[in-house]
Amino acid sequence: MSEEILTVENLKKYFVTKQGTVRAVDKVSFSVKQGETCGLVGESGSGKTTIAHTLVGIYEPTEGRALFKGQNISKVFNQRPKALKKEIRIVFQDPGSSLNPRRSIKQILELPLKVHRICNDSDRVERVMELLRMVELPPEDYMYKSPQVIGGGEKQMVAIARALAPNPSFLVLDEPTSALDVSVQAKIINLLMQLQQNLNLTYLFITHDLSLMRNITNRVVIMYLGKISEVAPTVEFFQNPFHPYTKMLLSSIPTVSDEEENFKPKEVISRGEIASPVNVPSGCSFHLRCPQKMEICSRADPTVVEVEADHLVRCHLFSDGRKPT
Amino acid sequence: MKKELLVAALSRSRASFSKGWYKFSRNPLSVLGLIILFSVILTAIFAPYISPYPEHAGAFTNFRESGLPPSLTHFFGTDSVGRDIFSRVIFGYRFSLVLAVVVLSLAMPSGIILGLIAGYYRRRWIEIVIMRITDIFLAVPPLVLALAITVMLSPNLFNQMMAISLMWWPWYCRLVYSLTTSLRHEYFVREAELTGASKAHILLREILPNCVAPVLTKMTLDAGFVITVGASLSFIGLGVQPPRPGLGTMVADGAKRLPAEWWMAVFPALAIVIVILSFNLVGDGLRDMFAVEEV
Repeated sequence: MSEEILTVENLKKYFVTKQGTVRAVDKVSFSVKQGETCGLVGESGSGKTTIAHTLVGIYEPTEGRALFKGQNISKVFNQRPKALKKEIRIVFQDPGSSLNPRRSIKQILELPLKVHRICNDSDRVERVMELLRMVELPPEDYMYKSPQVIGGGEKQMVAIARALAPNPSFLVLDEPTSALDVSVQAKIINLLMQLQQNLNLTYLFITHDLSLMRNITNRVVIMYLGKISEVAPTVEFFQNPFHPYTKMLLSSIPTVSDEEENFKPKEVISRGEIASPVNVPSGCSFHLRCPQKMEICSRADPTVVEVEADHLVRCHLFSDGRKPT
Repeated sequence: MKKELLVAALSRSRASFSKGWYKFSRNPLSVLGLIILFSVILTAIFAPYISPYPEHAGAFTNFRESGLPPSLTHFFGTDSVGRDIFSRVIFGYRFSLVLAVVVLSLAMPSGIILGLIAGYYRRRWIEIVIMRITDIFLAVPPLVLALAITVMLSPNLFNQMMAISLMWWPWYCRLVYSLTTSLRHEYFVREAELTGASKAHILLREILPNCVAPVLTKMTLDAGFVITVGASLSFIGLGVQPPRPGLGTMVADGAKRLPAEWWMAVFPALAIVIVILSFNLVGDGLRDMFAVEEV
């Protein structure tokens, strides 16, 4: 449970556009331990998906690197060795566009098996059926269907089965449930948790749903405008958030009962919106919205400090490595 | 177990076929077009058995029966050397359909493959090379280009086919190119890339099947258009050479005798109109069929 399977070091990904350079991911470092579910949280435009896409090789990092089991993986997909493509798999956000409407589910699931030579021709059908059973879809009913005729939740199940096809060890889940309705979400989350146990998988779970995060992750990485705000174990994160942005996020969770209401920090009201990543504010990128803004915040960008064991924060309030009194 | 799966697969494909046919058949005009098209194709294939005077398709003369108006013995009348126009039209269809088939089976695959490559490798030199050549071909009016090529070589059916094929591929290239540039950003293409699938797999199995609907629709509409161009070239003597019965050649011959002996030009012209119309109707039906499916 303690071995680090993925280490991201000072990862930067800039996009050059006509409006200027977009700093989608700016000097991000974190690590994911074997067997855990690491949550990556942030508003839209905070760079979560860019990190996911960089890890699987859709983008090449502008600077910095990512290590997977000690191997440098900061390369685009066509430069990656096949063995690596087999180990790191991704489930995309929109299952509608991630499955080819012109191919049957059987064909879709066979592709990774063929490419990675997982099994020989005669066993392939068996393996496809096994994968479908793994995601709780009866193979006889689904194998020859087109993804067009099945529901969104079922599509995402197929996408998960496809990701699992070559027996990966690391799964990047890019908001796998955000496009689905709530009843289906629960089913998929349960399935993912079950699969993680059975297959000894490590997840990088990207989401903006904090309640979901609380239930399934071991550790949380909070991002704001391409930078890390806070990294903490999930329990610690919900009980004792450090960063003003984290507090703002937590206080924005809608609650049903008073009990829940009392549990979350309430001194922070969310205001403003995330700034444009093309025009990042000077100093700490959060200072425009920060309720605890200090004079230094608009001048200097804080660095990440470890305030408690495993609990990192990037804020001037903690610049001496201690909690402010 | 395996057998049951096979049965399931078969019944699925049969179901999707009947669904497609249902959508197609909701437009009665398309069904009419399909019926006409089928009868034209059958007529062309079995021309020697169907036409009342098969020998009239070649160098046959019977001046005693020249210039006869339409009657029960000669449905479309006879031409200036006494040949039965109905028989010649039926044989004329053979040339027209062969032309359409050959041109499309040459131009379509080459255009599609070049379009796939150019669209997938966008902003690389290979895209620039392919698309600029395509632009050059598209800049010259197609008929003029085919005309120039046929004149340069000698005018016969084979050279006409080559010339028309050469001017036809850029349209498919453009169509598939534009489809590919948007399809290659779809997540299913990304996924195949990340899985490590070969380029051939990505282009032919992931992208191409999603281009089938527009390409097939364009193909049916184009078949009619190719026949028109072929007839136009034949009309000015750059296609099927007499005494063989090209529809365009027959219209050209008959046009000299308008308006008195009108049947010599009108019936071959009508034959061209009918085949083009039926291709277009079928094309419309296909478009409706695929359009509903996309939603």
